[in-house]
Amino acid sequence: MPKLIDIKKILIIGSGPIQIGQGCEFDYSGTQACLALRDEGYEVVLINSNPATIMTDKETADKVYIEPLTHEFICKIIELERPDAILPTMGGQVGLNLFMELHKKGDLEKYKVKAIGVKAETVDKAEDRREFKSLVTSLGYDVVRGDLVSTKEQARKLAQELSYPLIIRASFTLGGTGGGIAFDENEFEKLVDAAFSASEHAEISIEESIIGWKEYELEVMRDRAGNFVVICGIENVNPMGVHTGDSVTVAPCMTLTDKEYQKLRECSKVIFKEIGMETGGANIQFAINPDNGRTVVIEMNPRVSRSSALVSKATGYPIARISAKLAIGLTLDEIKNEITNVTSAAFEPTIDYVVVKIPRWDFDKYNDVDGKLGIQMKSVGEGLAFGRSFKDAFQKAWRSLEKNIDGWQNSKNKFSVNELENLLQTPTPALFSYIKDAFYLGFSIDKIYELTGIGKWFLYQLQELIHEENILTQSNSEISRSILFQAKKDGFSNKQIANLTKNSILKIENLLKEFSIKPTFKMVDTCAGEFEAQTPYYFKTYEEQNDNRISNNKKIVILGSGPNRIGQGVEFDYSCVHAVKAVQELGYEAILINSNPETVSTDFYISDKLYMEPLVEEDILDILTEENPYGVFIQFGGQSPLKLAKAIEQKGFRILGTSYSAIELAEDRNLFGKILTKLSIKAPAFGTAMCAEDAIGVANRINYPVLVRPSFVLGGKGMAVVFNESELLSYFKNALKIDSSKPVLIDKYLENAIEFDVDLICDGENIFIPAIMEHIEEAGIHSGDSSCVIPSYSLSQNNIDKINIISKMLALELKTIGLMNIQFALYQNEIYVLEVNPRSSRSVPFVSKATEIPMAKNAAFVCLGKKINELNTNIPQHCLNKFNIKVPVFPFQKFPDFTPVLGPEMRSIGEVMSSSHDFNEMLYKGYLSAGLKLNKSGIVLYLGDESKIENYFNIFHSILKDNFDFISYSKFKFKLEEIKYKIKNQEIIMIISPLNFRISDNNCEVSEISKYAIQYKIPVLSTLRSVKAFSIATLYNTMRS
Amino acid sequence: MQAILLLEDGTVVHGQSLGATCEVSGEIVFNTAMTGYEEVISDPSYLGQIVVFTTSHIGNTGINYQDLESSHMHAEAMICKEISQIPDNYRAKVSLDEYLKKQNKCALFGIDTRFLTQKIRNEGCLKGIISNIDFDIKSLTKKLDSSKALNHKNAVEIYKNNNVKSIKNTSNKNKKYKVAVFDFGIKQGILNSLVALNCDPILFPYDCSAEDIKAIQPDGLFFSNGPGDPAQLANDSKILSVMQELLPLFPSFGICLGHQLIGLAFGAKTKKLNFGHHAINHPVKILDRSESKVLMTSQNHNYILDISEFEDIFNVTHVHLNDGTLAGIRHKNLPVFSVQFHPEANPGPRDAEYIFKEFINDMNKNRNKNKDVINA
Repeated sequence: MPKLIDIKKILIIGSGPIQIGQGCEFDYSGTQACLALRDEGYEVVLINSNPATIMTDKETADKVYIEPLTHEFICKIIELERPDAILPTMGGQVGLNLFMELHKKGDLEKYKVKAIGVKAETVDKAEDRREFKSLVTSLGYDVVRGDLVSTKEQARKLAQELSYPLIIRASFTLGGTGGGIAFDENEFEKLVDAAFSASEHAEISIEESIIGWKEYELEVMRDRAGNFVVICGIENVNPMGVHTGDSVTVAPCMTLTDKEYQKLRECSKVIFKEIGMETGGANIQFAINPDNGRTVVIEMNPRVSRSSALVSKATGYPIARISAKLAIGLTLDEIKNEITNVTSAAFEPTIDYVVVKIPRWDFDKYNDVDGKLGIQMKSVGEGLAFGRSFKDAFQKAWRSLEKNIDGWQNSKNKFSVNELENLLQTPTPALFSYIKDAFYLGFSIDKIYELTGIGKWFLYQLQELIHEENILTQSNSEISRSILFQAKKDGFSNKQIANLTKNSILKIENLLKEFSIKPTFKMVDTCAGEFEAQTPYYFKTYEEQNDNRISNNKKIVILGSGPNRIGQGVEFDYSCVHAVKAVQELGYEAILINSNPETVSTDFYISDKLYMEPLVEEDILDILTEENPYGVFIQFGGQSPLKLAKAIEQKGFRILGTSYSAIELAEDRNLFGKILTKLSIKAPAFGTAMCAEDAIGVANRINYPVLVRPSFVLGGKGMAVVFNESELLSYFKNALKIDSSKPVLIDKYLENAIEFDVDLICDGENIFIPAIMEHIEEAGIHSGDSSCVIPSYSLSQNNIDKINIISKMLALELKTIGLMNIQFALYQNEIYVLEVNPRSSRSVPFVSKATEIPMAKNAAFVCLGKKINELNTNIPQHCLNKFNIKVPVFPFQKFPDFTPVLGPEMRSIGEVMSSSHDFNEMLYKGYLSAGLKLNKSGIVLYLGDESKIENYFNIFHSILKDNFDFISYSKFKFKLEEIKYKIKNQEIIMIISPLNFRISDNNCEVSEISKYAIQYKIPVLSTLRSVKAFSIATLYNTMRS
Repeated sequence: MQAILLLEDGTVVHGQSLGATCEVSGEIVFNTAMTGYEEVISDPSYLGQIVVFTTSHIGNTGINYQDLESSHMHAEAMICKEISQIPDNYRAKVSLDEYLKKQNKCALFGIDTRFLTQKIRNEGCLKGIISNIDFDIKSLTKKLDSSKALNHKNAVEIYKNNNVKSIKNTSNKNKKYKVAVFDFGIKQGILNSLVALNCDPILFPYDCSAEDIKAIQPDGLFFSNGPGDPAQLANDSKILSVMQELLPLFPSFGICLGHQLIGLAFGAKTKKLNFGHHAINHPVKILDRSESKVLMTSQNHNYILDISEFEDIFNVTHVHLNDGTLAGIRHKNLPVFSVQFHPEANPGPRDAEYIFKEFINDMNKNRNKNKDVINA
């Protein structure tokens, strides 16, 4: 079929900041779509507020707008660009919702923008649960009993018709916000309230519970000729009841007969046809009652998704890329399968391996949380692992989480049978550890199945691993070749084997050599070996044949950043992708290793060769040994590769860029302190302590308040500001859950200091600083959690010079080659150095976007021997004339029990950027992009004590006099319910809750109000500077027409 | 149990086995389907073959007997990476291991099936012998050599073994269409598809006569799938002359081997593919419709029909999208058509199910024509 010729310019809406339920998978899909459309000769206009994305690079789209993802701003862009079409299926739920808004408000018609890929009616039918259910039923398929209700009365009535447990869900939300499982009337009432408040529409859904049923998802493609293919099925190891995003999942489907599988396939085909799914990728979820096979359709998404990214990586079939091509009218058979080059995209991939995804949770960041998993997604990232068997992939997937896990492990607790029985009934991140405990205690597969609902086939596989462990334990030092080989085939790491057999890792490594057991690499080829594939995409396993084709090129291995987590997300993937491009531009072969399926870096089109493997020592060293590269890049993937530096260097591989010893120097506070002293650079007084007693001594020496934290962490994990000795003791007693072999760092806390950040490149002789970033929030709030502005707007030239000089001194002293991030503080008009990270940082994409200097790429050039004067470091004039802000985005809405306070521990998960020639507009757009509500009138509620009120009031008053009231909570004695009503009613527009770093719990009511405000997207601000900034943004909002 | 696989090129693979104690030889083929092992191993077309499953895990859903494609396992043996000893499916009756034991067959597992697959892909189908009794390479080589001559198993072998299903369907008496089915080793799925469309399939063995068929006055003829080389079957029997007599008389439809025999009956030739098509994800393009329609099909064949010199007789209706091989034909003048793939699926997608309806249409048209003739 001919391509659509009536369109030339296509608009793609991105998905905005990273949130729980929306990771970097939409950067992957959006980037693929943009490139595919440009391949086909179309002009692409892109809008996204997230700067840490490859899709917002100038190379990805013809025109990139980093603007708020709101109806208003998109209309402005449409007015300006007049695109012929919009492809709304690439930007996740955010993109789809915006498309629907444009459609419903008549803008698409007004501007004559044609929707391609999906029709608005289809989205309506798919997302309106009632309509979707009635469609499915009319086609002869089964659905979950239940309905949508819009009042509490209706909800109660429906509850009487159904039987508990009931599932309550809000409509149109990300990752199932505002939902839960009610086992009784009490819980029902609570959840119904929460759902009504979270729902953007005044409707919630109430359904019969199918908890414990098997859960499946099919990723499918359809073209405009009606051709239909299933790319892959995914089976959830956790049964229904846990959000798919929080479930361990596996592909292909493991426990379906062909009859059942084909029923799901046929059902998907019919539904997609009848719902009017035009073209492209989509997914559909099913649940099957394990006792009788009753199959119900849960939901469908007429767009690419997290699971389509996963399936693209799992099979090698690029769903988003093909979807984009289908949207412009090509049919599946007209698109080449670029993996085999001999077949077309019209086929269903078949795989001869197993992939397992395990979510990564950072519950400890939101310490109030009970860690219970349910229908609301809470994980922040995921690791994907390939193996030739489930066991192989499962063990590896645990390692890929980078949580210091060597494979499937037990909880290391001695639970009683009773305790375990309870623990197994509640899904938590530790569930699989408890299952291992249970096997150790002799629980049978049947019993564990009864308690967990996890399918017996999976439990059988796990039991085989236990069996394997027993064999290893018994064999001790007498490990035979066959036992060792089998263990490696089943995914045991050398460390696991060493522990079980009570040997050293070295001994195991030597045994492997002696028995000539070597890792083999298998190709991801979409066809299970039926055709000769060209894909340079591999995973590691232990078998007879190695598929790997090792080139003789000069190769650079780039280590990725692993699963997303708080403090290490898409920003590092961005840097890795740029490093790959730099490597390729200089004529080297770029080999990338990563375990995060959401990313652009794990798109096998990006690098010359891709390994989907955990970023842990054994697997990385095996690959390096296999490839014997010219060098390894470790500075782009965040902290993950940095941790491997020592092992890589010890094995004799060349680290390109800043060396391991320099990294160690920067991370070791004592050594680093000596350097600062030597260079006469001011830094907060500090000390290190291995125990509480030492710490008290240090604190007394440098004076309270002090900032305490463990060393070798990212994202300020375990950090706190303490004001006195008893708080310090309590920190050591309660808050400190870290490796006790590493010292605790204690710094003098610089109260009310202003923070600055610098990302620089050093070539060993010179440095290049594109911009100095100024934080809005004062020092003490983690740099990742504070908004920051380019250029620094309150810094004197003298201090700018100082920062430049200090940066150069430090970069040269630490023998930096490549990127370095330095954090400064301005305290009593003196510049202090707070921290140095000899690697890429979270702010690199922001700086790159603000200055149009590709920092990571340039750094990679430098690592490969280029000098700064050979790089393009000219910041375009138009960049120098504007202000840019990066605003963090927090997942607090997913953790309704957590008091949304900021502090030295990082808790934000994503970020947005806005730019403007007008500082005030920049602030306004920044907060808007971050999802905060800005109102034209209302109440500013002050929650602090009266001693500080004047400073805050003065700031408020100097900016927002008209239409706004400033009210102190303690003075006016509002009832809590009254406040809540005013929040819900948008009468309260800002909450000021001055910074309270104390570890002791916040005031109960204050906490309650803050939690409630967050659910309504009302900002809770804690510092003078942030109150000022938000007030200016609010003022801007009131003034604009 | 330890087990060994010896290939005719001398390759030796060590693994383990489940099922019965056995020693068996056959042609090694690989199947890339991720579901449907119960259907595959009981498909009579696999007679004489040892099937390698490329998907990692086999046996997960046990055997439920409902999904068998024939009364017993026809594949000589199976090879896979991992076998589950416990079935996890509400319909499962026995584990795969138990079933194999009952069938006196074995499965070799725990081996690098991808290595084997790639070997077959590169070198073509190979003969091999699996044993969990004899581990002596020399002795196995001898056994493999002597078995080679016997490995041309086809419909003749099926009937020799007394598995005849001939003329036995009585439960479908009230159906609208009487279909004479040439059973060369038919899959249950085909019979089910015919019955579902109101057909009464009456089974005939490969060596029936044209008179046997005419005697029942069928509405149409169906030529089934089956094992082996079609040309060999044509040599071993009088099937082509029977077909030549019948094809001009009745609407006819053939699947897989049946498709190849239809071609042979009109003088075309068959060719052996290097390693065949054994999968459920093979795209087939429809040529006899205007839109660009591609079907995901279930395929299981080592031979293809070459009609390049017979394009005046046949229209090409379907072509394999990957390698361009012939996948479906229709006679230009007669209501005779056939497909190389399996519209009945089992296992596999049901995209091509409509093809059975074309057969019904042909039978309807023919009826009306006959009526017109009688009325005239």
